[in-house]
Amino acid sequence: MLDFYRRLHRTIRSSSGDDDEVRADGGVVSDGSAADPPAEPDRDLTARLKASLDRRFGSDFMESSVFWLPPFLLMGLFVYGAVIWNLLISLTDYQRFENAPDYSNLDFEMYTRALADSGFIDAAVNTLVLLIAFTAGTLAVGLVLAILIDRGIRFENSFRTIYLLPMSLSFVVTAQFWLWIYNYNNGIANNLIGTFGLGPVSWLGNQDIVLYAVIFALMWQFSGYAMVVYLAGLRAIPTEHYEAAQVDGASALKMYWRVIIPQLKGATISAAVVLMVFGMKAFDFLYSLSGGYRPPNGADILATKMVREAYANLNWAYGSAIAIVLFGMALSVIGPYLVYEYRRDNL
Amino acid sequence: MSDTEPRTDGGTTTRTTRLRRTLDRMTVEDVGLYVVLALAAAFYLVPIESGLVTSFKTGTAIIETAPFAPPGPSGLTFEKWRTAIDVLLRGMGNSLLYAVPATVISAFVGSITAYGLTIPTWNKSYKALVLMLIIAGIFIPYQAVLVPLTQFWSQWAQLDQVLSFVWALGIDEDYVGIIELVITHVAYGIPICTLLFRTYYKTMSDEMIESARLDGATLRRVYRRIVLPLSGPMFAVVLIYQFTQIWNDLLFTLVIVSTESSPAAPVVLILAGLGSSLEGQDFALRMAGAFFAALPTLAVYIFFGEEFAEGVAA
Repeated sequence: MLDFYRRLHRTIRSSSGDDDEVRADGGVVSDGSAADPPAEPDRDLTARLKASLDRRFGSDFMESSVFWLPPFLLMGLFVYGAVIWNLLISLTDYQRFENAPDYSNLDFEMYTRALADSGFIDAAVNTLVLLIAFTAGTLAVGLVLAILIDRGIRFENSFRTIYLLPMSLSFVVTAQFWLWIYNYNNGIANNLIGTFGLGPVSWLGNQDIVLYAVIFALMWQFSGYAMVVYLAGLRAIPTEHYEAAQVDGASALKMYWRVIIPQLKGATISAAVVLMVFGMKAFDFLYSLSGGYRPPNGADILATKMVREAYANLNWAYGSAIAIVLFGMALSVIGPYLVYEYRRDNL
Repeated sequence: MSDTEPRTDGGTTTRTTRLRRTLDRMTVEDVGLYVVLALAAAFYLVPIESGLVTSFKTGTAIIETAPFAPPGPSGLTFEKWRTAIDVLLRGMGNSLLYAVPATVISAFVGSITAYGLTIPTWNKSYKALVLMLIIAGIFIPYQAVLVPLTQFWSQWAQLDQVLSFVWALGIDEDYVGIIELVITHVAYGIPICTLLFRTYYKTMSDEMIESARLDGATLRRVYRRIVLPLSGPMFAVVLIYQFTQIWNDLLFTLVIVSTESSPAAPVVLILAGLGSSLEGQDFALRMAGAFFAALPTLAVYIFFGEEFAEGVAA
């Protein structure tokens, strides 16, 4: 890893000032040009450097770096630079209206404070429940829909468009819809269970229910996405597998369970990772549900707690520490996923 | 009973789907299938439909009629829409002001990044490393960068001072937030745009590019003359996806623009506070506002649904 950074550093240095000169040589710089009389020492040096870089990285490395390196650096600064900076801030005591964190005195105080904070523990548990229940539920609904749609139905496109429609809407917008559905007096949810003689239930006011009410709303919004991913997976399965199962006389249910679903592993993994990321971004939804930094009681997750601590209570360092925990959670999902994709040569 | 005949009439059905149809020959099952699909469609549409009819109801109609029933002639009002448009219109303008440039720039940057990481030949394992670092950026929870982002814009890159000549023209200083939002969204949009373009460029035919390279064309020329003109369909996908994402994002607007009363407040920020700024909860107004704010993304979805589906599936 360190070795990579050293190389990267070399590349950055060499590509910063004399891009055009290097490119003027075209892609044919070879040892021949390196042996030129030292009339132009600068040019000679860059040519040699380029030649050695090209040998190590491949023939187009220098020339192609103009395309990907600047965006890579910009994105690296905003993503990785910011995460490292965030880690540093979480080790300080930065709070209130101080202009900048004081980096001279670093400790893990914010993390011990988090462990002693029952609100943090609750939020962490809620986050896990939300991620697992939301991801599993959404995948299940998406898979069923995909299988139904894949049975060669008519109006396939219309159904698909309808199922995917909620995903094009903002969390801010869907939160308004669900606020109305879960309304105690006039909402559809209580209307519906009322016809079965149940309720009314205070969906957003009851601490034990609210988290599941939120998960249900999120499932509504994203199961169409899971369906699209599964549909692509189903379409990639060769027809022979259906034929073989049919010849064996397997029932439709058995066929899907034994033959088809095991082949959807790749689709399941990639959809699950993306859904977990959406779940971690449920902040927008919860913020709009309550119209403020404090979500309904019982539905606080790390994402909302982090923003509330930092931007409402001005506990910047504490917010950063919570953010690092959230980042760690995300990393434990993304890391293995990227390695898996890399192994399958899918990057 | 052979009902395979009538079912194979669709002109566009492929051999695969026709074969799958023969797997179940039960008409009852078919009817059941369509009933389930229609119920599912109702499940996805009812929250939206209920919001739409509610937005046209008067206060009494909201209490008296069922939440999903249309308002009667006496309960019909357009006043909520008028109020919502009044309140949100400036926010729509502000949102467009950053969403459009950020979308276009990030799509273009994503295209050239993906090009540099896909078409030219260089060491595969280094390429994979760079790609991995970029793709991991898609999945970062933005909470992990918020405090540094606030620090960066408020303490380090003081754009509002750099741009003092603009404020001298009479533009409100809060509009610096719009520029910060553009840069922020471009930076965090690079990973997903790069990934989308890369999946597309990977399938591009090598022959033309290789022969152009053998003729001595530079990478820049290959991009301009061959790759860019062929990228049209993917640009549609990326532009649509990015526009939806950027338009819908609340978190960055919340920390960069921060207050809904700011003249530069984007529409999502105003909408999030729309109901709570009035006494009680005016659901009709909330619904009208929600629909008005969603209009651009709904329009994009209705007209370019195919591209949207392709974008999310990648």
